[in-house]
Amino acid sequence: MGLGDLCVSKDLVGLRDVYAETLIEMAEENENIVVLDADLSQSTRTARFAARFPDRFFNMGISEQDMIGTAAGLALSGKIPFVSTFAIFETGRAWEQIRLSLCLSKLPVKLVASHGGVTVGEDGASHHCIEDAALMRALPNMTVVIPADSCEMKNILIESLSMKGPLYVRGSREKFPTVHCPPMKPRIGKASVLKDGKDIAIVACGLMVDFSLQAAEMLKQDGIDARVISMATLKPIDEETIVAAARETGAIVTVEEHSIIGGLGSAVCELLSEKCPTLVKRIGIYDTFAASGLPCELLKMCGLTPKDIRRNVIEMLNKRHV
Amino acid sequence: MELAEQKRLYDLAKKVRVLILNMLTNAGSGHTGGSLSVVEILTYLYYSKMKHRPNEPTWPERDRLVLSKGHAAPCLYVLLSLNGYFPQEELFKLRRIDGSLQGHPDFKRTPGVDASTGSLGQGLSVANGIALGLRLSGRDSRVYAVLGDGELQEGQVWEAAMSAAHYKLSKVLAFVDANGLQIDGRVEDIMNIEPIVDKWRAFGWNAQEIDGHDFQEIDNAVKRAQVSDNGRPNVIVARTTKGKGISFMENNVRYHGVAPTMDELRRAMQEIGGEVLIEEKN
Repeated sequence: MGLGDLCVSKDLVGLRDVYAETLIEMAEENENIVVLDADLSQSTRTARFAARFPDRFFNMGISEQDMIGTAAGLALSGKIPFVSTFAIFETGRAWEQIRLSLCLSKLPVKLVASHGGVTVGEDGASHHCIEDAALMRALPNMTVVIPADSCEMKNILIESLSMKGPLYVRGSREKFPTVHCPPMKPRIGKASVLKDGKDIAIVACGLMVDFSLQAAEMLKQDGIDARVISMATLKPIDEETIVAAARETGAIVTVEEHSIIGGLGSAVCELLSEKCPTLVKRIGIYDTFAASGLPCELLKMCGLTPKDIRRNVIEMLNKRHV
Repeated sequence: MELAEQKRLYDLAKKVRVLILNMLTNAGSGHTGGSLSVVEILTYLYYSKMKHRPNEPTWPERDRLVLSKGHAAPCLYVLLSLNGYFPQEELFKLRRIDGSLQGHPDFKRTPGVDASTGSLGQGLSVANGIALGLRLSGRDSRVYAVLGDGELQEGQVWEAAMSAAHYKLSKVLAFVDANGLQIDGRVEDIMNIEPIVDKWRAFGWNAQEIDGHDFQEIDNAVKRAQVSDNGRPNVIVARTTKGKGISFMENNVRYHGVAPTMDELRRAMQEIGGEVLIEEKN
């Protein structure tokens, strides 16, 4: 397993597998759903949709900019396009096409990327997308979601069908542990408090939610009662849950498999600096590129492990008590 | 095309030029040259070709037009207004905060605009997507895209050229308004894109080359394109004159992105026998 000893849970599900499954389920009911991919349909799993609905699948070849424009046109003619490739190509290569052709026109196109973050692993820095949330968050009308598990992924995809504007969802190459238990129904724009706590709040997204839960378990031994919040939707961000966490705990740590610039940490700091000034520690990738390696090695290199989160929390609380 | 129809279109084209020049002068900024070069193409499409309903801008059965060279918006706006999509007064709020006519076409703000454009190179992909969607829905509407020749320097255009041929989008008809100039100078000097026709053919399109100011040639080319449905998309490379119709603007690169002054408007109206419709601002 790519995550190695960083992952204690045995219940691992690929977000891209859930994506394909959910897409097919939704498309059985809704004939307007169409899917586009840019020559990565095996990796993104949209090939499974293509096998089931060949007439509603368009492989655009290695041309992401054209793919976004084509998706815009499909939406303009009444279709509901889901558009997939690796996160870096989807958000980076075609950013201005997303801006003009999708966001300005507020079209209901769902960009569902796989291969976000450094857990892409061996392919190296060229393929690690650690800026997607920043790029997408800056766009007016765009909703930005980084699911933590299959439950968030599935519920968000289903809810997305009723959205009027564009959506970006970041998936991963790695399978993720499940952090939500039934009957939880994660919603777009609403955070899930997965563990309550009064000493500090850890706000995380993606794989880092499970790691934060692991860190919170360890912190119990340190006598620290940490709240863990899964903040799948980075934009629009759930202000209420964050401000409540800041008021009730007085200290916030954000954790993301993304640059500390422009992602979840930024979003939380932007909000709290205006609504409830609070000391925030951002854990993420510190304005640097990673390298080739196993996902677990890269997460250790970037300081994105449960132990790192635990250490940061302790340091932060010590600092606050000085 | 009958002579009477040609005459009607030439009269309309003159009216379109008069309004374009007046509205641009009034706005004080905008793209004059490229709006004038595309007048006959758009006049033909909106008056003689396209299936559309000005009182029902989102009619699902309509033909679509994507103005990929979005900076020619003034010409599109004049045609939409003349067809009744919105009152003519709106033309004199072009580029103004209290108007609905943006510097570049905005699908959300202006009735009759089928796609938001303005950043070059994106419109053909959008047109292809619309054509794919319409085909999936079993509609036989046509999709027109109008590109500039300088715009062909954008790589995305050729990605879209590949896709349209690959997906056999025979309902897509693209015009290249080949006026030979771009902001910095002559297209052939800045970044040569010739041979344009051969390029489109190599990408799997039916390509024709015409005089883009001659309604008879436009009509013949469009009919030829739409009769011979061999499963390929069609492109008409329309050789045009930037600033067409006004002697001192023709082939003058200075008018790419500049509006006429009041004095230039008066001279232009004298030349083509049009009326100055706006008042001088202090």
